[in-house]
Amino acid sequence: MPFIPHTDNDVREMLAAIGAPSIDALFEEIPAALRIKSLAGIPEALTEMEVGRLMQQRASRDGRPLNFLGAGAYEHHIPAAVWAIVTRGEFYSAYTPYQAEASQGTLQLLYEYQTMMASLTGMQVSNASLYDGASALAEACLMAVRAHRKSKSARILVPAALNPTYVDVARAITEGQNLKFDVLPYDTKSGTQQAAALDAYRGQDITAVVVQQPNFFGLLEDVDAIADWAAANNALLIAVVNPLSLALLKPPGEWGTKGADIVVGDGQPFGVPLSSGGPYFGFMTTRMEHVRQMPGRIIGRTVDLDGKPGFTLTLQAREQHIRRSKATSNICTNQGLLVTAATIHMSLLGSAGLEKVAAASQTQTSALVAALTRIKGVKLAFSGPRFHEAVLQLDRKVSDVLEALAKRGIVGGYDLSRQYPDLGNALLVCATETRTDDDIAAYTAAMSEVMK
Amino acid sequence: MSSIPSNLKYLDSHEWARVESDGTVTIGISDHAQGALGDLVFVEVPEVGRALTKGGAAAVVESVKAASDVYSPLSGEVIANNSNALSATPELVNSDPYGQGWLFKVKPSNSSELGSLLDAKAYEKVVEEAGH
Amino acid sequence: MQEPLIFTHSRTGRSAAGQYPQAAAAEVPEKFRRKRRAELPEVSELQAVRHFTRLSQLNFSIDTHFYPLGSCTMKYNPRACNQFAMLPEFLGRHPLAPDSVSQGFLGCMFELQEMLKEVTGMKGVSLTPMAGAQGEFAGVAMIRAYHRARGDMERTEIIVPDAAHGTNPATATMCGCTVVEIPSLPNGDTDVEALKQALGPRTAGIMLTNPSTLGVFERRIQEIAKLVHEAGGLLYYDGANLNAILGKVRPGTMGFDVIHMNLHKTFSTPHGGGGPGSGAVGVGERLLPFLPIPIVGKDGDRYRWLDATDVPQTIGRLSAFMGNAGVLLRAYVYMRMLGRAGMQRVAEYAALNANYMLARLKQAGFDAAYPDRRASHEFIITLKRQAKQLGVNAMDFAKRLLDHGFHAPTTYFPLLVPECLLIEPTETEAKEELDAFIEAMVAIQREAEQDPAKVKGAPYTLPVRRLDDVRAAKQLDLTYQRG
Repeated sequence: MPFIPHTDNDVREMLAAIGAPSIDALFEEIPAALRIKSLAGIPEALTEMEVGRLMQQRASRDGRPLNFLGAGAYEHHIPAAVWAIVTRGEFYSAYTPYQAEASQGTLQLLYEYQTMMASLTGMQVSNASLYDGASALAEACLMAVRAHRKSKSARILVPAALNPTYVDVARAITEGQNLKFDVLPYDTKSGTQQAAALDAYRGQDITAVVVQQPNFFGLLEDVDAIADWAAANNALLIAVVNPLSLALLKPPGEWGTKGADIVVGDGQPFGVPLSSGGPYFGFMTTRMEHVRQMPGRIIGRTVDLDGKPGFTLTLQAREQHIRRSKATSNICTNQGLLVTAATIHMSLLGSAGLEKVAAASQTQTSALVAALTRIKGVKLAFSGPRFHEAVLQLDRKVSDVLEALAKRGIVGGYDLSRQYPDLGNALLVCATETRTDDDIAAYTAAMSEVMK
Repeated sequence: MSSIPSNLKYLDSHEWARVESDGTVTIGISDHAQGALGDLVFVEVPEVGRALTKGGAAAVVESVKAASDVYSPLSGEVIANNSNALSATPELVNSDPYGQGWLFKVKPSNSSELGSLLDAKAYEKVVEEAGH
Repeated sequence: MQEPLIFTHSRTGRSAAGQYPQAAAAEVPEKFRRKRRAELPEVSELQAVRHFTRLSQLNFSIDTHFYPLGSCTMKYNPRACNQFAMLPEFLGRHPLAPDSVSQGFLGCMFELQEMLKEVTGMKGVSLTPMAGAQGEFAGVAMIRAYHRARGDMERTEIIVPDAAHGTNPATATMCGCTVVEIPSLPNGDTDVEALKQALGPRTAGIMLTNPSTLGVFERRIQEIAKLVHEAGGLLYYDGANLNAILGKVRPGTMGFDVIHMNLHKTFSTPHGGGGPGSGAVGVGERLLPFLPIPIVGKDGDRYRWLDATDVPQTIGRLSAFMGNAGVLLRAYVYMRMLGRAGMQRVAEYAALNANYMLARLKQAGFDAAYPDRRASHEFIITLKRQAKQLGVNAMDFAKRLLDHGFHAPTTYFPLLVPECLLIEPTETEAKEELDAFIEAMVAIQREAEQDPAKVKGAPYTLPVRRLDDVRAAKQLDLTYQRG
């Protein structure tokens, strides 16, 4: 029997110890009318060899198209050591470190992770992860409402150039708690947030302002001005960032004169494969003054009975298993294994390595943009400084172009036209350090054919 | 046996209230409550100026394994809180629950509410029953 | 054994240089540029590998230790599930890649939805919630949306038994509902009289775990379902304990309208030191229109994503893409390997192991919390007597078990059983392992009688002894400060 070790003899001895005539008798408290008669919808078992063949067939069917799509999930090189360690059983098959003495490996790693994320974002404290970047934004908005006691409006300003799915998720998750999201238009010339749109809210009770750096179009926002506006108008500032970009860009803790209050994002660029969208992990860092309003697990360093240093879950009284209906969030299980990957990834690359990856991604995107915009019918939408994504405008329907590119083995980017109809036939493209000059040439050749 | 001073009034949820000479009321949690919670690591007290209603959640006391709301025994406005002392040394609530470990003071808006509170004897019964 | 922090291995200028491109400098205008590098470690590849390997060795895990953590279903995570979910094509697939280059992946997801429907008796499944708590959120949000769509705006109360997981009341609050708690009876069943009192025109629904967190099957579930439905409420099934009934009973047959499944419990995906989980939700007819998106649909022989145009009343998106896809692939592989017969064996052998341990521990003199009941896949031992007579409590037993090489059971949950150990062996443990655990419990009991201080000082053989939690919470040290 797959995964069940019992011999017939074991079963006999165990039933005798229980004093039950059969295994079926163990279910005697369940009313007979409720019992399953047949599981016809479940196929017969496959052996490991058979299921391996099946999965390989499924995988091969999708193949490995050349990817130029980002939009919140980015293909980066992952050092071989990362997943070799992550999939060690001691990390892979452990659970939440409730028994601290038997979980020092996971706990110390999470403490190291918290240290790295706090430093990278320029903040004081980090939690041990949330589900993903989008749900982390939702949690940040709820946290801002708790942390900003003077504000009664629960009103959050979000830029239109923020990843639209993040806003959808934030709305869905906060729906029962009456948060109000006001969407600020972006400047159609620059593709970034303009202070004028914010000024319409001057003097009003605003709980928090959200800004994404780089924004969904890959462009750099004037975060100093937005941070200062939030501070001057007594609103908290929530930063949504790509952690890789922080190897190059000013960390949110240094934005404007006061810095951000809450920083969130998706940690996927650090050692986590694209893998159809998950599992990734959301990160969250903040100021020490807000730490008790932060959701999720937090690890602290302390000492044991002999005075030796050790690590443990702390500030648990914020959490659902103690605080129940008054908890900061209902989150329990988070994304520990992905944080393990990210921590190893950051340790291997260091700041110098992350800088190189970020720089190479930016360089390759520039090369891609230069090559594609030489094609007739393709032009660059916004020319301001960017990280590793860019918006192109085509002279025809984007979905048709993407479908034609897919037939040529190329995943060509993200169709912006549904969520941003005002941009026309807009396509968001991305090239990371994993896209070579040959890859870019292949995309360019395919695009030239398609745009004929 | 925990201490239950006879000059105080109590709620069955383990808060105490002391009427001061100027008519204001000081509020804290009982010796029994601090013992049941264990070492306190954090205390959140209401801001000065906040209007409280009798029986409403006013403060939070946290130990490592538990967090508990503190209910206001009276309606009224918060005129002082002990956050200066308690933010750095929450353990004062453990060591001196009726003295330096006080939580907040209110100016009662309806002094007739005082009559509904338990005296020391009645509260002692509550504690005894909780122990069974 | 201890391992220094990675930062102490760090030396300026050292790095694992083979792992990143030697690119030209970036073009970042001055005002956007980072001025001071983040303080990440500067270590060689070997130093990093050795450090994290050593850290791993400080953990207990299923692969190294019996891990009978009640309510968490710490069963074996088959290696094949990991290997086949990590085929390069699956790892490299972008979540927004066109359907035309995603039919293999989407096919697995569609079949997973269908299999989960079959074992739960539900009419529709969405795989997107990323953990049990998010599945709960989706469930309660759908219940709210259902009432609202009928113009039934007053239904905002969620009934929760006092023994429920903390996530249940926390979820209700997140959804803007108020929590009405009802007690359990001394025999572990729900207090139906109290339920009748709690039900009314404000009732949105009830959240139940069955078998309950007390480790026993809720025998009056059909009556409860009838009462709740008659009162206009819906029933939510917390799938934390689905392993106990997999292949035996369908929550849909019991009368539940919505369910979340913890794929990292019942379907054996890894717990990963605290995630990733996966909290797929299933719904009956009434809640179908409100399922979270995206869902995998099938037109003819083509799979495609269903979104808000297909499910206009959806409660929306809960993740940036489609949830924890890689976890879902592992669950899919596991279900295919179990097959129809294997699926039914799960609950059978989980129950056999739990009832065997319960019987043996009772014979050895331990007190069962519900001595007259059958165990489900887990059961509760109460050490109230030992705590009173010997001053040795459930936490002390738990810590001493670590010295014996066993991960501790769940302690102090459910909150209403004093000094409890919630023990869940799972079906994948062999009898010898269970016997060894029972012997350890007996040895600790003997030690507690002879030398209680020894038990209270445990553990002694782990990387650290008991930690000062009070200091951790009062003198917050959450990041390493250099220098």
